[in-house]
Amino acid sequence: MLLDWGYVAIFALVGAGMVSMPLAIIALISPRSSYPHKRETYESGMAPIGEAWSQFNVRYYLFSLIFVVFDVEIIYLYPWAVVARSLGAPAFYSIVVFLAVLVLGLAYAWRKGALEWT
Amino acid sequence: MVGEALAFYLLAAITLASGIVVVTSPNLVHSAVALVPALLGVTGLYILLNAEFLAGVQVLIYAGGITVLILFVIMLTEGATGLRVPQRNEQGPIGAAVAGAAAAVLIAVATRTPWAHGAGVLPSYTPGAIGESFLGPNLLLFEGTSVVLLVTLVGAILIARKED
Amino acid sequence: MDVMPWYVEVLRAIVGTIIIFSAVAIVTAMLGVLLERRISAWIQSRIGPVHVGPRGLLQTVANTVKLLQKEYILPRNADAVIFSSAVIVVPLAALLDYVVLPFGTTRAGPLIYRDLNIGVLYFAATSSLIVVGILMAGWGSNNKYALLGGLRSAAQMVSYEIPIGLVLITIAMLAGSLSTVTIVNAQTHLWFIVSQPVSFVIFFVAAIAEVNRAPFDLVEAESELVAGYFSEYTGMRFALFQLGEYGEMFAMAALAVTLFFGGWQGPVLPSVVWFLIKLYVLVFVFMWVRWTYPRFRIDQLLNFSWKILIPVALANLVVTAFFVIVVH
Repeated sequence: MLLDWGYVAIFALVGAGMVSMPLAIIALISPRSSYPHKRETYESGMAPIGEAWSQFNVRYYLFSLIFVVFDVEIIYLYPWAVVARSLGAPAFYSIVVFLAVLVLGLAYAWRKGALEWT
Repeated sequence: MVGEALAFYLLAAITLASGIVVVTSPNLVHSAVALVPALLGVTGLYILLNAEFLAGVQVLIYAGGITVLILFVIMLTEGATGLRVPQRNEQGPIGAAVAGAAAAVLIAVATRTPWAHGAGVLPSYTPGAIGESFLGPNLLLFEGTSVVLLVTLVGAILIARKED
Repeated sequence: MDVMPWYVEVLRAIVGTIIIFSAVAIVTAMLGVLLERRISAWIQSRIGPVHVGPRGLLQTVANTVKLLQKEYILPRNADAVIFSSAVIVVPLAALLDYVVLPFGTTRAGPLIYRDLNIGVLYFAATSSLIVVGILMAGWGSNNKYALLGGLRSAAQMVSYEIPIGLVLITIAMLAGSLSTVTIVNAQTHLWFIVSQPVSFVIFFVAAIAEVNRAPFDLVEAESELVAGYFSEYTGMRFALFQLGEYGEMFAMAALAVTLFFGGWQGPVLPSVVWFLIKLYVLVFVFMWVRWTYPRFRIDQLLNFSWKILIPVALANLVVTAFFVIVVH
């Protein structure tokens, strides 16, 4: 099993190298003629207006938070899926209870408008 | 095994180096992004401990979920406008002393405990074994987790929506 | 299985990696982009690129060579470290998906880089790393549009990861394992597309959203946010992001083939050929959908995932489990 992950580690390392290769090639063969205007931030050809960073918007945070909660829920479902058939009905009902509690959470989020974009 | 020892030192080095960047970098976004190699280092350590499933979970939840959450918060608050946040204050020396003492205690305990060597049944960390565990003897804990998750969700929504 | 000396294993790993990366780069980035242009041309009643090379096959090669000699422009005030690292993170995370995809079978065993025990969980985990790369790219550019595109892209991808996860769990339950090879072998009598059509639809739709393709491509449509999170990336860097996107799309299609269409199984023809045929049929459908449907708004996108797809996926999981466990 450790061998498997050794392979994966090598895949990641060699892969990072291969992905960086084109970048290295550019560094060698691309032209350099930098002047201030070329480095301006792109805003459809106009000078950028205002700061680049927008104000806080709770909805992004809420979506990623709800995502994390459901991701943790899914984490519990993966091991169950592997032994679902062998553990049979009692385990299935336990899982249904687990899911029901979380569906309650989703319903709450829905009612409270946490899933709205505006 | 030499390979495993080498892997361990490499992973430990990556984790510690990234961890240092996380706590000392004045640029908040750098700090958050440095979490990713730190968490991936921990993932590697889990794999060395034969906990494949936990390693996958670590990447999925931590590197893929929590890091995104943290980045959202940083990128959306004004403190991230390139403002350099000083990472030290007058409590530095006291903190260092406490950390040093804690490290000394932990190392002393770890080196003096007579860890069990030799043959014995290695607990299985495969997904199947984990599934059988929390749907069997640890069922109550499992259902309790769903309640904890529910409370987290409700609490966060309450707090976040109160700001409107 | 006999243990080979470690340097032989390392060599095998490196060679395998190079083969997969090159194959993916050629099949997805080169042929895939060309395919996209020809298919979109056909759907729009025009001819796509046909001049470069026989039937336009070398078009993307020409484009790549052109891009390689473009200047490296680092926008002023951009965060150089993050701006540059994002270029590596996105394609690398997309390519890491390919470790667990079985391309065929030989007498020696399945043709897969490594059949991990946690196969589909690994796939879900590496897909989630792409989101971090996108946020880094959007932020590192110091550009309002890029940042906004990156944030919305991340919110969208994160929302659609849950339905994908639920479908993976449903199929894993039917096959009794997280390993992709086991899942393919579980389909020798009946492909899961027949017993799980709902799962397939959920997966397919969520995969389109996950890869930021139309009709879910609001975050990078030219008429909306310039090019979304990679607006400030020029030349080869842009090409690498495209490699990441197309690579992820092909990976999702390949996973769908593995989960629903019996992977490499098929009579007469060699297994790899069957796999490629099924893969390209799905990719064609991906492209067909892109050039046919109008775009969704961001709020419609997110509503669709949380209020429709996830409840349906959960119901699908419970009903399937009920029939498999309780009824049998």
